[in-house]
Amino acid sequence: MQLIACPWCGPREELEFSYGGQAHVAYPADPAGLTDEQWARYVFFRDNPKGPFAERWAHSAGCRRWFTAVRDTRTHQFVSVGPLAGSEATP
Amino acid sequence: MSRIEGYGRVDRSRTVTVTVDGTEYTGHPGDTLASVLLAHDARPLGTSVKFGRPRGIGAAWVEDPTGLVQIEEPFPEPMVLASTVEITDGLVARGVNGQGRLSDVADVARYDHRHVHCDVLVVGAGPAGLTAARRAARDGLDVVLVDDRPEPGGTLTGTETIDGRPSREFVADVVAELAADPRVTHLQRTTAFGHYDDGLVLALERRERGASRQRVHRIRAARVVIAAGAIERPVVFEDDDRPGVMLASAARDFLHRHGVLAGREVVVFTSDDAAYSAAVDLHDAGAAVRVLDARARVPEVWARRCAERGIEVSADTQVHGTLGDDRVTAALVGAERREVPCDLLLVSGGWNPTVHLFTHVGGRLGWDPALGAFRPAAPLPGVEVVGAADGTLDLAGCLRQAGGADAPHAEEEHGEPTMVLWRTAGEPARQFVDLQRDATVADIARAVGAGMRSVEHVKRYTTIGTAHDQGKTSGVVASGITAELLGRPIEDLGTTTFRPPYTPVAFAALAGRARGDLYDPVRTTAIHDRHVAAGAEFEDVGQWKRARHYPQPGEDMTAAVLRECAAVRTGVGILDGSTLGKIDVRGPDAAVLLDRLYTNMMSSLKVGRVRYGVMCGNDGMVFDDGTVLRLADDRFLVTTTTGNAAPVLDWMEEWLQTEWPDLRVRLTSVTEQLSIFAVAGPRSRDVVGAVFADLDVGNDAFGFMSWQDTALDGVPVRLARISFSGELAFEVAVSSWYAPALWDRLIEAGRPYGITPYGTETMHVLRAEKGYPIIGQDTDGTVSPHDLGLGWAVSRKKPDFLGRRSFARPQNQDLLRKQLVSLLPVDAATRLPEGSQIVHLAEDGRLPAPPVPMLGHVTSSYHSAALARPFALALVKGGRERIGEVVGVPVGGELVAAQIGDTVLVDPEGARRDG
Ligand SMILES: [Zn+2]
Repeated sequence: MQLIACPWCGPREELEFSYGGQAHVAYPADPAGLTDEQWARYVFFRDNPKGPFAERWAHSAGCRRWFTAVRDTRTHQFVSVGPLAGSEATP
Repeated sequence: MSRIEGYGRVDRSRTVTVTVDGTEYTGHPGDTLASVLLAHDARPLGTSVKFGRPRGIGAAWVEDPTGLVQIEEPFPEPMVLASTVEITDGLVARGVNGQGRLSDVADVARYDHRHVHCDVLVVGAGPAGLTAARRAARDGLDVVLVDDRPEPGGTLTGTETIDGRPSREFVADVVAELAADPRVTHLQRTTAFGHYDDGLVLALERRERGASRQRVHRIRAARVVIAAGAIERPVVFEDDDRPGVMLASAARDFLHRHGVLAGREVVVFTSDDAAYSAAVDLHDAGAAVRVLDARARVPEVWARRCAERGIEVSADTQVHGTLGDDRVTAALVGAERREVPCDLLLVSGGWNPTVHLFTHVGGRLGWDPALGAFRPAAPLPGVEVVGAADGTLDLAGCLRQAGGADAPHAEEEHGEPTMVLWRTAGEPARQFVDLQRDATVADIARAVGAGMRSVEHVKRYTTIGTAHDQGKTSGVVASGITAELLGRPIEDLGTTTFRPPYTPVAFAALAGRARGDLYDPVRTTAIHDRHVAAGAEFEDVGQWKRARHYPQPGEDMTAAVLRECAAVRTGVGILDGSTLGKIDVRGPDAAVLLDRLYTNMMSSLKVGRVRYGVMCGNDGMVFDDGTVLRLADDRFLVTTTTGNAAPVLDWMEEWLQTEWPDLRVRLTSVTEQLSIFAVAGPRSRDVVGAVFADLDVGNDAFGFMSWQDTALDGVPVRLARISFSGELAFEVAVSSWYAPALWDRLIEAGRPYGITPYGTETMHVLRAEKGYPIIGQDTDGTVSPHDLGLGWAVSRKKPDFLGRRSFARPQNQDLLRKQLVSLLPVDAATRLPEGSQIVHLAEDGRLPAPPVPMLGHVTSSYHSAALARPFALALVKGGRERIGEVVGVPVGGELVAAQIGDTVLVDPEGARRDG
């Protein structure tokens, strides 16, 4: 049971959080302008690195806010956490 | 009787009586079952699992591989170690012959959990642990100290000297200092059994008093100090499993803790120094002792002490076997197998640091040749290992390592290094390695012969280390013997992985209070008691209890549902729909957000109107559906399916926060705040009109898919013309505080019309007759709105919404996609089981030759009162093109013919919805 440091609430147990996959995968500006393959890449394909990985997490059973975390996939250690780019508040 | 005057810390002023295998024994408070049995020279406890060989007490604590008992009274408990059972009056136990058995009596004891946070957790209250805890406490830290034994002090017998005083006085002083410190929690009888990420340790407390029998402490510590000591390891020889063969330290433990001399004629076989203290102590307590040291050099200081006492010491001497029937009568010494009579054969092959908690969190071990054992090889952040657990076996070193600047002092002892000796010469098939599993050196040889090269494989092949003790004494020995047989150094092989729990933990303790009604939260609606009073049968929908149907005397579910369906289609029924998810969507950009989330256009919805909406994932597959009420320009009320209430809110939040943080919208769950009742049927207008007399409920004033606010005795109520049955219907919503009163008024007003409460089963039938899909029942995550015939709910005007781009993928254009259709069994009698496969029939109406092509499956199936026959909904490949076709459905070995039809079977022209 890892501790994850929510940028707003501080360290809480991992079961309070839900995982949101790779961070910084923006919704395409013009989906209709994409080829089927480009669209499929957006919907179905994500990176799977061995090492630091920028991910989205949500503090579902806490403040319910999403944040970005860099986690080392080899050790599960959280390297850093921070608010989402463009979110209106900072902790 | 082997109780020795002047020894032990049991309370001899009081007597405790226990019964083992039908015989009564007396002991004293402080005794264990094992010490009582040894005090009475009792017979062996049981027999081994495979060969039925006699089994007795092999050690004094949790490492014992043999002394298993079944507790019958005061509480049935299978397979526990006699060495760990503290006796109480009336305790009844049996030895275990072969396997234990589960109790057939329910466990009525209470178990609970406690969350603890601290700066430092110290595991083990031996000299190192006590010293470490005292040091942390003096630094002003919050300290938790746990120890699995009944009393603190670890293996200190009282014969040692610390800071110039008897060691037990040192223990008493430290314990008193810790007890006086409000920042210290000190728990004995508490086993730290698992160590997890970021300083989380689970510890099981065996409680003597309090409401619960056992308590799991969930300790989150900034720093974990592991001072768990070390476990003596045996040397393997022929017939080393006979009762009377025991770890040397155990005999010393029984003597100093319990005042019990485990034998009168003692042979000590050792390859290290520690066993000498057992030899000397047992001699001083009255036993005849001789020492056989496998090493060529006997340690000087011990040779002198033995000589002073007349204890014969033989160097370079090994035990090769034993004699005896029920218990050992002689050791067979040397290659010539010289008989040396004894009733107790003590063995010591060195010490294995208790590194379990260190390895649980990924700590790596290394072989220490000087120590002759595996010990922590590299530090872990936030974890400290001190004392014998780190391989520091001498008392002075333990105190120094744990104590820092004000470490207590003990005299240094200088001896000879441990000789690593895994086994002596003998017949491998009778050299027992894991005494609980009856696994021998021959089994390891067989594993190696079969090609096993890893100790993990050898463990699984031989089962060594898989019993209740998890190889506490046998694991490393098995590694050593495997290494010898492979001709490789043991450091190349390592040990098997130690996993939690360190000692067995009852499931009841892990469950704590989360059993029965408290296992999972149960959600009931505000009028649950009305359903109970009406005789409802309930079904679980997520955590909700929903009324499924309301059987009257003599009715089964089929009969009740047919009656309820008929009531709604011909009169009026009422359904508690309060479990529907409800989300309040508020803000200037609320309409923009909903336009992006729903397939249909929501921004064009007028205040006062209601629209059915479908949500898809990015893959274009249906995720949820429900109604959307526009309450104001900047405010909507969204409903979701019962099971998807939380996921839909999460989904909306995710997009709002992560992708469109510029939208000014707030989302609030109001599922529990708002109760909703559906009043449905041709007479529903009469009922609603009677309750809300000042509201015009006529079709012109209150049209389909519109809502109106009113009040009842000053309580706000919202009504909406929404129908999930095809009948004229009103959804009546009120704050859940007033739900019971509103329900009662509706029932009362409906009495003249025979208003009938109906449950979820009836709701399912009514909606299926109209072809309305239930997301999650008729869909499975691979179904698009078009597959469901909901293309009309997909906007062509909006440039984009979630899922839209996927509709253009070629896979979505495939004419052979599975589509929702109805199925009518041709015999008009068979109810097709949900989940049944649908197959293409051959020309002759029989099953075609294999492989039989599958066309789809039945998703919903019911008896219909309106149609007076069974019917089903199904997902069928290219289903809409096949309307009219007859297909086959295998049911219990028979092939049932069924005709594919349009989904709307009742009132296809929609004439009934306005009454
Ligand atoms: Zn938070």
